[in-house]
Amino acid sequence: MRRAALGLAVVLLAGWSLAPAVWQLLTAFKPDDQITRVPTIYLPDPPTTGHFSRLWARKPLAVYLANSLEISASATVLAVFVASLAAAALSRSTAAFRNRILLGLLFLALFPPILLLFPLYEGVRALGWINHPLGLVLPYAALNLPLAVWILESGFRQIPREVDEAAQLDGLGLIARVVRVQAPLAAPSVVTAAILVFIFCWNEFMLALTFMTRDTAKTVTAGIASIGGASIYEIPWGQLSAAVLLATAPLVLLVLAFERRITAGLTRGAVKG
Amino acid sequence: MDDLRGESITKVFPAGTRALDRVSFTAREGGVLTLLGPSGCGKSTLLRIVAGLESATEGRLFLGGERLDGLPPGQRNVGFVFQNYALYPHMTVEGNLSLAMRAQKVPAQEIASRVRETAEMLGIADLLSRRPAQLSGGQQQRVALGRALVRRPRLYLLDEPLSNLDALLREGTRSELKLLFRRLGATVLYVTHDQAEAMSLSDEVLVLKDGRVRQCAPPLEVYARPADLFTATFVGSPRMSVWCGQCHDGLLHGRGVAVEAPDALRERPRLWVGIRPEHVEVASSPLDGGWEARLDLAEPTGDRLLLTLRVGGESLRALVPPRELAGQIWARVAPERLHWFDGETESRLES
Repeated sequence: MRRAALGLAVVLLAGWSLAPAVWQLLTAFKPDDQITRVPTIYLPDPPTTGHFSRLWARKPLAVYLANSLEISASATVLAVFVASLAAAALSRSTAAFRNRILLGLLFLALFPPILLLFPLYEGVRALGWINHPLGLVLPYAALNLPLAVWILESGFRQIPREVDEAAQLDGLGLIARVVRVQAPLAAPSVVTAAILVFIFCWNEFMLALTFMTRDTAKTVTAGIASIGGASIYEIPWGQLSAAVLLATAPLVLLVLAFERRITAGLTRGAVKG
Repeated sequence: MDDLRGESITKVFPAGTRALDRVSFTAREGGVLTLLGPSGCGKSTLLRIVAGLESATEGRLFLGGERLDGLPPGQRNVGFVFQNYALYPHMTVEGNLSLAMRAQKVPAQEIASRVRETAEMLGIADLLSRRPAQLSGGQQQRVALGRALVRRPRLYLLDEPLSNLDALLREGTRSELKLLFRRLGATVLYVTHDQAEAMSLSDEVLVLKDGRVRQCAPPLEVYARPADLFTATFVGSPRMSVWCGQCHDGLLHGRGVAVEAPDALRERPRLWVGIRPEHVEVASSPLDGGWEARLDLAEPTGDRLLLTLRVGGESLRALVPPRELAGQIWARVAPERLHWFDGETESRLES
């Protein structure tokens, strides 16, 4: 009885979470006249890949995806590297100092990014980075530092102090110790931090839309937003759904590939042992 | 001479604990200096200061003529063996041994030959491709030792390297360590709380208690002429029995027992006397100049019998050849075998 109730709850919750995604999936394969038909047609009949081919012909979606990949990957590497250095230092600090810094970082993370939009825009423009990948890479890396430091610090702190000291005595410098000893030993945390940062960067929309004005500089989120119909009254639902599907697929694959490590990293430090 | 010299080293932790108080010492080149003391005496802190993992609040360190303090740990050229080994779990044995040389950009060929040479010396050559988790405790200990040896440092620092081994393995490894140190002609600073280890391995023993040096001397000297009451009871197994009492009429009066004090000490108001169990002679008939004693406990140790006796109100332990004993017995110690200490300062008094 209890098992049945639990099973039902899981199904309901999964349905609740997945329904919009499933709707997008179905819409991407529906012929245009079935998308807005009343009463609703649930399954595409027959399924069509027409939206994908028309979208591909109209928009440089491959360029958007490549931009997204380049910017997200660069920002992730930068954020995780800098956060690793911070985590290495924090994990060996006194508890009082560490807690003060971590609390400060949490406070920064709670700051609504929209308040940063205008000053960031001024900064990026002054540096001449409008339509340049760096205009997004640096803000993304910075915005994600608090999260990455939080995740990495808990992983680094579990490395025995003596292992780090052995590396010091072996003549490894600060960065060499982080790269060769600490990060590999905290691999689950590093992978978790990297994936979460990557997902955030990939999904980010507001800064991407504001800083990338040229079509070939756009990331996939900003690119999708620019898909319009022949008139403002016509919304090309099918092509939008196809684009969303293409934009989401890499993330889903990424998370599936690292699923185990992510859960290990997120729950790490929750219990001792 | 590449002696390691510490001058008046003091360490005060931020919380105010004085871990080391003006500790001075010299570890001679090619010799083994053991830092011996109970836990919390500051011996590991001193070792960590020499390694550069902690900094002294005051005092100076020299290796040869060169000032050591102020150099970062990686530049001091010391090999350190941690109590818990602190191997790199994500690297193979070979990776563990070679990391320091790789960091220094030593040519790959030389790294390989030195790793092989060290591994062969320690009998771990067939384990080079394993990871620490796949090794037994004894093998891990060798890898930790190898990581220190492979760099051919000027100084070896060992922090209770045998304490995580089981008793059987510990004894064998102790002997191997001694041979190894001699073969390398290495200057060694060795931390232990095990007095037997200190006795067997050291050229000199530095006895520490509460951050202060109690005695620094060759092991047999520490055993024969302990500098104070603490050292006397800490070094030697089974422990020395000590009695305290007032001194008058040339006798030290303990609880229900009197011991004749040497002429030179008769004027002192209070004295401690120490008696090593192995110097006690027992008999089941009265002994000339002996004490009447009651046998409380007899523990066989193999070729010896460890007796716990009651002499008046004092306890006395005796290590004697096995024999039948019961109830009323007599015990005697030659006067020149007695150790005398001041009643107040607890430091050694020569008779």
